[in-house]
Amino acid sequence: MALAAPAAEKRYSERREKLAAFMQNGPGVFGLVLVVLFFVSAIFAPWIAPYDPNALDIPARLSDPGWAHFAGTDQLGRDTFSRVLYGGRVALKIAAIGVSLSLFLGLVFGILAGYGPRWLDNLLLLTFDTVRSFPLIVLALATVAVTGPSLELVLVIIIVTSIPGYARLARTSTLALRNTEFIVAERSLGAGNWRIMGRHIMPNVVGPLLILGAMDVPVVVTVEAGLSFLGLGVLPPTASWGTILNEGYLVIRDTPWMVVAGGVPLVLTTLGFTFLGEALRDVFDPRLRKGS
Amino acid sequence: MWLYSLKRAGLAVVIVLCTLFVLFALLRFIPGDPITIALGPRATPEAIARYVEKMQLDSSLLVQFLVYAKNALTGDLGTAIFSERPVATIVMEVLPNTLILAAVGLGWSVLIGVPLGCFAAIRPNSPLDRITGFISVGTIAVPAFLVSIWSLLLFAIELRILPVIGAGEDGDIVGQAVHLILPAFAVGLGWVGYLARLVRASMLEVMGENYIRAARAYGLPQNTIVYRYALRVAVLPTITLIGIGFGGLLSGAVFAEIIFQRPGAGLLIYDSVVGRNFPIVQGAVLVITIVYIAATLLADLAVAWLDPRVRETL
Repeated sequence: MALAAPAAEKRYSERREKLAAFMQNGPGVFGLVLVVLFFVSAIFAPWIAPYDPNALDIPARLSDPGWAHFAGTDQLGRDTFSRVLYGGRVALKIAAIGVSLSLFLGLVFGILAGYGPRWLDNLLLLTFDTVRSFPLIVLALATVAVTGPSLELVLVIIIVTSIPGYARLARTSTLALRNTEFIVAERSLGAGNWRIMGRHIMPNVVGPLLILGAMDVPVVVTVEAGLSFLGLGVLPPTASWGTILNEGYLVIRDTPWMVVAGGVPLVLTTLGFTFLGEALRDVFDPRLRKGS
Repeated sequence: MWLYSLKRAGLAVVIVLCTLFVLFALLRFIPGDPITIALGPRATPEAIARYVEKMQLDSSLLVQFLVYAKNALTGDLGTAIFSERPVATIVMEVLPNTLILAAVGLGWSVLIGVPLGCFAAIRPNSPLDRITGFISVGTIAVPAFLVSIWSLLLFAIELRILPVIGAGEDGDIVGQAVHLILPAFAVGLGWVGYLARLVRASMLEVMGENYIRAARAYGLPQNTIVYRYALRVAVLPTITLIGIGFGGLLSGAVFAEIIFQRPGAGLLIYDSVVGRNFPIVQGAVLVITIVYIAATLLADLAVAWLDPRVRETL
């Protein structure tokens, strides 16, 4: 996240200063802890989970939380706690692929719009506006009606609808940069447009996008959980926070624990990434605050 | 202003055309022939012949699209499979329920969120400000569909103080209002936080402006400064947010309708997706998208009317 740091010696102290500022930020540190928890529990789920997430135990079905099952069991006697842990892997996968691809594509389109010719800028802006004008969930429902539910489809919908957010941010920063002295100097030294965009504009634009990406993770995770809850995303028997909520909703009159267990990790992930993203933004790029 | 309105309305038209195109193209992607998809597996040969004639299915794709677009824009959205009732009628029957839900959900969150943000900004870092900040993040962190499920669990199943499902009987206003409480709560809760944060941030900014200092120097009372001068300007970004976020609100309404089994456009689309009743999906998605586009258009025009600087940007 090097934001145009000029001299090497200054950079070191600046970094330490920023780190100190971040550690002062209570919610930010709390968010970081939650985010680390999210990654660790998802990556090490097979080692942490006390049971196989798909192991049936019909006699123990719909049991309340206790020592044998921390979060109770579902209607087939599967251990809810283990399923929540494995559900985190789905969430992590969707978030990692969804955010990184839409960030990358948004960066490319945004720089092209900001640095390229006027007509391209207008065309891209019009496309962004059009994409943003669709209600996301309704669009997803229509597409799922056609293709049937799948994880890949959820990803495509997430990526297409999040690109405009990143692209607009990248475009604004590029517009601000394109006539600065160091870019003009590069151009007069004979650097080509692609080299200027790739080597000089991109590194200066990417920082704020990374912060936006951190704040976008909850959105992506929520969309996945929501679609899976409707039975339109991840399909049973795969454990995801959405399918756990779906199965819990069906037995909500018998046990409250499944909809609680499926929802809590969603809230914690949202809180974690929101707090972390906001703290990073305040430390590294306070200007972003206005736009949100 | 007129030029801006014209351009902005033109953009809305382009977007509606894109929607029509996407919906038209989607049906062509379904495996199987478009006739079975539109009429269902049990259509009679006469019905098929009439449909081919009406939609000009033996012409080129472009002509087919134009026919579809013309029909849709004149209110003919086709007929539903099985019941064979006009889709437009089916959608219009339930659309008011969705709009009422969205409006009440947005309404209560504006009534709570805007004053919260305003009071928080007048005394930054006061206990009230801290509590508001906590509430904001808390409400934003719980997605709308989770609020629906959890409030269903808490109020309707554990405490049994509010009705669980449906929208109430026709003509029974009190019953309908009671049925509206939980869905509207769920739809609006996240917005309380968003609005409070946004209003707080823009109020803080406006309160530092020179004209507010000038008003103070003239000795105007605090209330006049806050409500007459600052809040008016500070509330502008909120209007844009409400317009842009109307889609989010509609999405929340879709989930709330499904979870509370409340008749509405969202539940209709969902049931039709599950039942593979494509004409209804196509028609209802189009109507919802047009409502959404109209809402963003109105919000943008309202902001441009209130703030002349915006007109330069399009």
